[in-house]
Amino acid sequence: MWDWEFAIRILPEILEGLGVTLLAVAGGMTLAILLGLAWAVMRRSTLHWVSWPTYGIVEFIRSTPLLVQLYLVYYTLAELTSGWLSPLWSGIFVLGLHYSCYTAEVYRAGLNGVPQGQWIAAKALNLTTWQTYRHVVLPQAIPPILPALGNYLIAMFKDAPLLSAITVLDVLQRAKIVGNQSFRYQEPLTIVGIIFLTLSILSGVGVSWLKRRVEASQS
Amino acid sequence: MPAPFDLLPVLLQGLWVTILITLGGIAVALVSSLLAGLGRDSRDPIVRWTATIYVETFRGASAIVLLYWFYFAMPGLIGVSMPAMVAGIVILGLNIGAYGAEVVRAAIHSVPVGQRIAAQALNLTPWQTMRYIVLPQAALAATPPLGNLMIELLKSTALVSMITVVDLTQMGMFLRTETHRSLAIFSMLLLIYFVLSQCIAAAVRQIEHRLARGQDYGGAR
Repeated sequence: MWDWEFAIRILPEILEGLGVTLLAVAGGMTLAILLGLAWAVMRRSTLHWVSWPTYGIVEFIRSTPLLVQLYLVYYTLAELTSGWLSPLWSGIFVLGLHYSCYTAEVYRAGLNGVPQGQWIAAKALNLTTWQTYRHVVLPQAIPPILPALGNYLIAMFKDAPLLSAITVLDVLQRAKIVGNQSFRYQEPLTIVGIIFLTLSILSGVGVSWLKRRVEASQS
Repeated sequence: MPAPFDLLPVLLQGLWVTILITLGGIAVALVSSLLAGLGRDSRDPIVRWTATIYVETFRGASAIVLLYWFYFAMPGLIGVSMPAMVAGIVILGLNIGAYGAEVVRAAIHSVPVGQRIAAQALNLTPWQTMRYIVLPQAALAATPPLGNLMIELLKSTALVSMITVVDLTQMGMFLRTETHRSLAIFSMLLLIYFVLSQCIAAAVRQIEHRLARGQDYGGAR
């Protein structure tokens, strides 16, 4: 049984939550992009006490559930700081940290794709490690991996409703509240499903466009 | 037992549910990814479109939204409901299967065309070609990425705790309300999930090794 009138009435309230979801994804992705690069560079370090722990941490975070990580950070940090760390900020931090371990692999592939000669030439020109990464290696490593990063952006968007488990007022949480008040779950949850389906299929089209552009500029 | 390990006996009560959902989900995911992966290249437009719609829907909507929809919304919408445990196994399996379908398809495409032509020259039927020539080689290419998906599946079983199933994660939530030892409980949970995912990774390496036997294509060791 589908009630159109009810569906239209609750639509604005659910859409309000979409802003929160998108904000969480934007914040999380910024963190994932920066932290992922840091992981990738640290893994390439010749110092074993840097590269091995990095490998271990990335592997551990990647093989454990996001939901449990959210609970860990939210319940321990939020309790320790007595509410100073809001649910949304905990969520952004965990989303970013979790996905940084996936983007680290992407960066690694990108960095491995830069020919060895580039490093040697940079050394011959007496560039420091920082200068080599900043002006020689990264400008070549990053464009080819943009589509892969885009795919993780979509994946993060699909995981973002987990933030409702730590009381963030995102799309799913608002749908749940509407459902609990009216005892009608079909309309709010179907709206949420359609929102996610539409946005992720559209952004999937965006990523394949990006992929074609990147491939065209590489050849 | 010393401090964090005294939590283990209670937490492990949820372990069997998590393992059951993971194994059930893996079975559903493998079957659906094989069917959908083959179906997307079918010559029959109905089969092709069914497979495409399945893959796009179950990949496009997120796992948690799918779980909520099938568990809370579907009963109100069409009057059909299923137990939370079944919903967990089937929906998570179908979700990962949609990603697996693309893996299977890519693996089948990775088998050189010459293999099919040679099979035709040997007068094998299309079924025999698929069964004895293409699939054994595609299986080897598909194993590592499918293995990664199985670890994703294990991780996503934590979501069933949100639709009332008492799995590892839900056991941890119960313990938390009772003892308030959040740090110990959730660190312990992460550790258990990590051990489980390493088990899957080890099993996948074994399978890959087994499949690679007698093949000089696709990275035999």
